[in-house]
Amino acid sequence: MRTSSHLVYLIALPLFSSALLLLLGRIADKWGHLLATLVSASTFGIGVSEFVAMHSHTGANRAATQKLFEWISVGNLKVDASLLLDQLSICFVLLITGVGTLIHIYSIAYMDHDKDRRRFFAYLNFFIAAMLLLVLGDSYLNLYVGWEGVGLASYLLIGFWNQNPVYAVAAKKAFVANRVGDLGLSLAIMISFAQFGTVSFTGVKAGAPHASPAALTAIGAMLLLAAAGKSAQFPLQSWLGDAMAGPTPVSALIHAATMVTAGVYLITRSNFIFDASSTARILVVSVGVITLLFGAIVGTAKDDIKKALAASTMSQIGYMILATGLGPVGYAFAIMHLLTHGFFKAGMFLGAGSVMHGMDDEVNMRKYGGLAKLMPITAVTFGLGYLAILGVPPFAGFYSKDKIIETAFNQGGGKGIILGGAALLGAMITAFYMTRVVVLTFAGARRWKDGSHPHESSVLMWGPMVILALGSVASGFLLSMGSSLVNWLQPVVNASNATGGKELMKPLVVSLLALAVVILGAGYAIVKYRTVPEIAPEQVSVFTKAARKDLYQDVFNNAVLVKPGTILTAGLVATDHNVIDGAVRFVGWVISEVSDVLRKIQNGYVRSYALTMLVGVFIGAVILWVVTA
Amino acid sequence: MLTSPALDYNLLAPILIILGGALLGVLVEGFVGRTYRARIQLVLALASVAVAFGWVVSIRADVSQSAAVDSVSIDGGGLFLQGTILVLAFVALLFFSQNDHFAPQASALPGSAEEAQALSAGVQMTEIYPLVLFAISGMLLFPVAHDLITLFVALEVLSIPLYIITGLARRRRLLSQEAALKYFLLGAYSSAFFLFGAAFLYGFSGSLSLGQIRTAAAAPGANHIFLFLGVLFISVGLLFKVGAVPFHSWTPDVYQGAPTPVTGFMAACTKVAAFGAMFRIFIVAFSSIQNDWRPVFVAISIVTMAGGAIAVIVQRDVKRTLAYSSITHAGFLLAGAIALSKAGLTSMMFYLVAYGFATIGAFGIVTLVRDSTGEVSDIDRWAGLAKKSPGVATAFALFLMSFGGIPLTAGFIAKFSIFTAVYATGNIAILVVGVLSSAIALFFYLRVVLIMFFKEPTDDTVTVAVPSFLVSSGIVICFVATLVLGVYPNLLFNLANTMTTLVP
Repeated sequence: MRTSSHLVYLIALPLFSSALLLLLGRIADKWGHLLATLVSASTFGIGVSEFVAMHSHTGANRAATQKLFEWISVGNLKVDASLLLDQLSICFVLLITGVGTLIHIYSIAYMDHDKDRRRFFAYLNFFIAAMLLLVLGDSYLNLYVGWEGVGLASYLLIGFWNQNPVYAVAAKKAFVANRVGDLGLSLAIMISFAQFGTVSFTGVKAGAPHASPAALTAIGAMLLLAAAGKSAQFPLQSWLGDAMAGPTPVSALIHAATMVTAGVYLITRSNFIFDASSTARILVVSVGVITLLFGAIVGTAKDDIKKALAASTMSQIGYMILATGLGPVGYAFAIMHLLTHGFFKAGMFLGAGSVMHGMDDEVNMRKYGGLAKLMPITAVTFGLGYLAILGVPPFAGFYSKDKIIETAFNQGGGKGIILGGAALLGAMITAFYMTRVVVLTFAGARRWKDGSHPHESSVLMWGPMVILALGSVASGFLLSMGSSLVNWLQPVVNASNATGGKELMKPLVVSLLALAVVILGAGYAIVKYRTVPEIAPEQVSVFTKAARKDLYQDVFNNAVLVKPGTILTAGLVATDHNVIDGAVRFVGWVISEVSDVLRKIQNGYVRSYALTMLVGVFIGAVILWVVTA
Repeated sequence: MLTSPALDYNLLAPILIILGGALLGVLVEGFVGRTYRARIQLVLALASVAVAFGWVVSIRADVSQSAAVDSVSIDGGGLFLQGTILVLAFVALLFFSQNDHFAPQASALPGSAEEAQALSAGVQMTEIYPLVLFAISGMLLFPVAHDLITLFVALEVLSIPLYIITGLARRRRLLSQEAALKYFLLGAYSSAFFLFGAAFLYGFSGSLSLGQIRTAAAAPGANHIFLFLGVLFISVGLLFKVGAVPFHSWTPDVYQGAPTPVTGFMAACTKVAAFGAMFRIFIVAFSSIQNDWRPVFVAISIVTMAGGAIAVIVQRDVKRTLAYSSITHAGFLLAGAIALSKAGLTSMMFYLVAYGFATIGAFGIVTLVRDSTGEVSDIDRWAGLAKKSPGVATAFALFLMSFGGIPLTAGFIAKFSIFTAVYATGNIAILVVGVLSSAIALFFYLRVVLIMFFKEPTDDTVTVAVPSFLVSSGIVICFVATLVLGVYPNLLFNLANTMTTLVP
């Protein structure tokens, strides 16, 4: 492994610029966004040059490290602050800085009217720095710092428009779900340290084959919990929809392309743990399958364009998590889907932002309609992303999603059929709800009020959308051509040991099957939404009436369209509300009740304080007696 | 033939310097006119602490020696803790310079004409400074005491001045006096336990020296009932001082009632002294029977961490919040102390420094946030503080983050190192409760941050007093220390690692 002295700049530059913008305050208002964008672009430049440098080396020397300083050294615990750039992390570096830069550019226009634009860009830069630290840290502890950092950035940005109390609540909800996940990560780190005496990736990797299965399963489960929190996977998925309260560029960058995929990174990075514990892998695929279906079904019921896309993100990450649980060959496909998803989902989010920008921040798709004519560039770029997520050949999603479905089927036996079947079902529902989004937004008759003047956005906004759309078209082909990504990642994830399983069906059959269900889902949506009675604009202005109609329509659609889905949706939503939210509420209730009791004990009377102490001594004596007797 | 015992003044000098400073302060009270008194007292106190610290640094090479006829052990651990106490006390004293926190005349009845007269005449209670110095001298002796009598004397020397200065708040004097009385009554109560425990241990071993108690405890066939009761009762006195559940009830009341600079001083320095003493007793005297007593302390550590974290959630008052937070921290520190290992000691010492700076800094900021009637500690009224005083709000947020254990603050490293030390002992229960309670408490800390940063200021929002040079340098020191120890903890760890010797 070679050393590189440039890695630190990837993190230091955006961090410095973020601090500068925050410290300078209003002075930097005029040029703050430009500096932030420039810095983001230069990190992309560094990323590209590192990528080129990696190509000029071979074997173990492809990966590079940089030791910054000895961070903690106490007792047996020695942690260096070191960075590691290998085949896996460079994928993320390029994605984060590339998409990040596009979104910086987009935000210049999108946030033009916001008086706090400088602060927004400071947070974006901070996010870039933290996210890069997350993927470049060479130990779980370094990763944890970045992990907390992106959590903080996400939190600050969701609540960016915190004058709206709903948004502040959303920020809080995201925060709580993430804390539960972080708890998992810190426990995983503790157990790793106890088991291996180190928290560095190389150290844990070396120790994993000799560790006890129970410990490996525990670490795996805790890492999965962490991943679930960050990546909005079952059972910690509920925050992502609410996180859409943040500005749309944030949703595109953090809550679609990069941060929410950190869970996939974590599991892929910890492949040595999951390879060694089949129980942990079963947990992973279960979480993946549940979430991919859950997200897809939720997506069919959302009228808010961003929430529909958020549900879709949840579902697509479910695919990635599923892939990481499928053994060595799955990791590469998970990363491939992550990269293609980064393009098409970010593109669609920016498209949604462009629509909202033109529609006075309206998010309800039932108040869109027929926008394709007025916003042609947005419609085309969104449409390309749409084809990509559906997995229509030759768009990006075709290459990555089909591989996952295929690998799932190849697991063999009932397991393979269940996983593959679920993945196929997910693809069908995806086709349905994405078609619904496109039809409601861009096709059909206009349903917006006369007051709105939908218009195409400025070049600063559509430029990034076009670039991302190109990615939605070509990235899948490029990444899978000659198995380029699989080979590239091979040193990290050991894909060569992959026994792809015996093929259940020929790849072509799987592809055709997938294409068939996609056509089925999409066609169904088109048919159903064509029969929607056209609503004249005058009537739309009568809010309640239209809302009631929408409601009936929803009930109708749900009952007829996704027949098994209706009950399932209700069930899942109820589970979400009663069981999961309920559990969260219950825990909160118990804590505050206990807290109240404690407050009553704390009554201010010295005599009861003295009594408490006496009782404490007595209990202590009893414990001593029990232990020693 | 009597020979005078060798006292080793060189090793005792830090304590003696502080005591000398305190005595000089008493003389200053008597002989210096009112105009210069406050200034001279402050300089004298700061100078004594600084000189004592210098002395500690200069004798750090002479580690592992007994002094004063084996009643005091000057060793690596002891010196590190003494140094910590002195540094923290120095910073805490900077906040004492805002003299409007203290009652003009302690003897005047609250609200009386006499009080009003003293107030308008600009009378100041400069006795505060010698009292603090006396308390510091007790704190310095506490973690190095090597027999039970010395330990008890140190305990009282550090406690009694604290009881007095707790009652000296200028505003809400009745609350302050009530707190002082409570602290005193419960302190006396716990001291009684301590003495009772010392008597049991003497009855068990025939000696008050920690070393000989160890020898007796390790011997087979001893009467262990006396020993265990002794361990338990002695610990009550110490657990009371650190505010561990269920000996914590005084903490919120006293922290809230005491003048805020005193609270900061007390919360930080007393904990250092008491945990130092506790670790020494545990490892020197009782380590051979640790498997017998450890479960009790594991239980105490767990209920302390959890209790503090849960209670913090419903608090509406910043000072009480910080009090419950300090209870949670006592639980973490106790977990490190009962690990009884070198790593446990190192991480406990690091934790004490990290916690101490954040605590003093946080209370220092509380002293600045006011309305027309004085300090405001109602959290809701801190809404939108960041808009009015971003610097102060940011510093407070950093201290809270450090309490919560967010990476890149000293608190994160401190917690992590304690957890790894605990893990090495194989005690998973502490670990799980510790991580859970830090998550719960963090939720609360971030709520305060939210209130400061994300809420719009109301008409009711407080203002931030313009801090004097001394006060702002105090806050800056705490801020920088919290950040630097989070980013580059090895500065302190390397030192702490080398200073873990304890005289057996």
